[in-house]
Amino acid sequence: MEKTKKNMTILEIFGWILTLFVIFPVYIMVINSFKDRKEIFTNELSLPKALNFTYYIQAIQKMDFLTALGNSLFITVTSVVFIIVLSSMAAWVLERNKTTISNIIFYTFVATMLIPFQSVMIPLVQYLSKWQIPGTNFSLIDTRYGLIFMNIGFGIGMSTFLFHGFIKNVPLEMEEAATIDGCNKFQLFWRIVFPNLKPIIVTVAILNVISFWNDYLLPSLVLRSPNLRTIPLSTFFFFGEFTIEWNLALAGLVLTIIPVIIFYLFSQKYIIKGVMAGAIK
Amino acid sequence: MKKNSSRLTFWLFLIPSLFIFINVVIIPFILGIIYSFTDWDGFTFFGSKFVAFNNYLKVFKDQNFLSAFLLTFRYAIIMVIVSNIIGFSLALLVTRKMRTRNILRSIFFMPNLIGGLILGFIWQFIFTKLFVQLGTVLHASNIFFNWINDPNMAFWSIVIVSAWQMSGYVMIIYIAGLESINPDIIEASLIDGAGPVRRLFNIILPLTVPSFTISLFITLSNSFKQYDTNLSLTNGGPYGTTELLTMNIVQTAYKHNQYAIAQSKAVVFFVVIMAITLVQVYLTKKREVEM
Repeated sequence: MEKTKKNMTILEIFGWILTLFVIFPVYIMVINSFKDRKEIFTNELSLPKALNFTYYIQAIQKMDFLTALGNSLFITVTSVVFIIVLSSMAAWVLERNKTTISNIIFYTFVATMLIPFQSVMIPLVQYLSKWQIPGTNFSLIDTRYGLIFMNIGFGIGMSTFLFHGFIKNVPLEMEEAATIDGCNKFQLFWRIVFPNLKPIIVTVAILNVISFWNDYLLPSLVLRSPNLRTIPLSTFFFFGEFTIEWNLALAGLVLTIIPVIIFYLFSQKYIIKGVMAGAIK
Repeated sequence: MKKNSSRLTFWLFLIPSLFIFINVVIIPFILGIIYSFTDWDGFTFFGSKFVAFNNYLKVFKDQNFLSAFLLTFRYAIIMVIVSNIIGFSLALLVTRKMRTRNILRSIFFMPNLIGGLILGFIWQFIFTKLFVQLGTVLHASNIFFNWINDPNMAFWSIVIVSAWQMSGYVMIIYIAGLESINPDIIEASLIDGAGPVRRLFNIILPLTVPSFTISLFITLSNSFKQYDTNLSLTNGGPYGTTELLTMNIVQTAYKHNQYAIAQSKAVVFFVVIMAITLVQVYLTKKREVEM
């Protein structure tokens, strides 16, 4: 007993040494974001001489950070909410009505999860740019709702699949009892089924949030106006312009990961569980 | 009456998803295959000519594409091996009864939340600035120099950053697998006197094959699709020596404006990724054991 305890402590210390490899780049980024050019050039490893926030203020302005943050939040949250609502509804009727047509639809969802985004991106942008309503400003290209529409399309296959697997294990008796009590199909879904899907909703939300928040390729093809840029996009353009000024660039990078770290601190338990649940399916 | 109403709900619940899905995935996919057989200019399809397999012939003669292809293969194989070994080892570590195992899991997973593009930029600083300084300070400039400018080491820099990111994700999958092993089996093996090495190879590994199926699938397909880190860390350089498949396709379309050829590359990409992952899943599935 005594021995296993000692072993565990050794393992634990070993584990913490390993975490240094993960934390080290972040540490380097943070300490150098406070240094001026000369200080970065002469010493990258030591702590900064002074806590100088000038580069942060400059980076916020030059990246248009608050706009980018707002865009990223709006696009990610809206896409995920729509995906949860639409794919849980779809998964429920697909699982509860076992017909040929529902099987075909379900397996199409599953099969197309294998299509890599890169093999549809070129025709996708071209095809959806044709969606215009004459006399209006409606367009799916270079608009936030256009990107949301595409996010939903790419997220819906996997999300429906995850919901479908979960609904299989929700007892039918509950639904039957509610039907006898006079629920119609909509009430049945929203009052009885949907609240029971909570664990899988968390999983679906987390997997989609991670992928939409960090996505670069799709937004880079869809969003062209600078005021629509998401965080990865604004970081990319910022780097193109200020790559020589590392202090400014590093301050910009720290800014972009602050929202992620805050989100992670509050929801790490769910994130790890969500990714685990998503992986088992 | 009842039948009709449930059929109506069926379609009402399904149509919004189907509508978006068909327009975002199915139609572009079909259009993409059609375009790859024409001389489409990227704008109007009207007036494009059918060119049969001409684009594909050009694609297979394109030296840049072929080298991007081979490089991606090499990258994917290395990534699958490295990130799965690290990920599995980390999972073995953090499934032991340690007090801080949950914090350790959270830290190891963290790079996945930061995202490939940002990670690439962070590491660009490390490889181009910190490494140079370390080389001078430690008098080891044969190890620590600007890796991004070196045709050989630039490739390894992408491997390091991606492995640093992906291992944490793979770890989570293996944790799920390891935690689902019935503790009685481990107990029984202890009573039978199996040492840690035999336990690993004869009990733990065979029982976690389902996790390997998923992890190998994810690391394989993600490596083939790698773009963000490639773009932000090396941008294909120096002299195009680190241009992976996705970057090659994006460049062909949006930089060189060869849309039909880029689309043919995209179709080849799809077929290859599909074939490889299906074979991999088939092979590892066969090795799964039922308990």
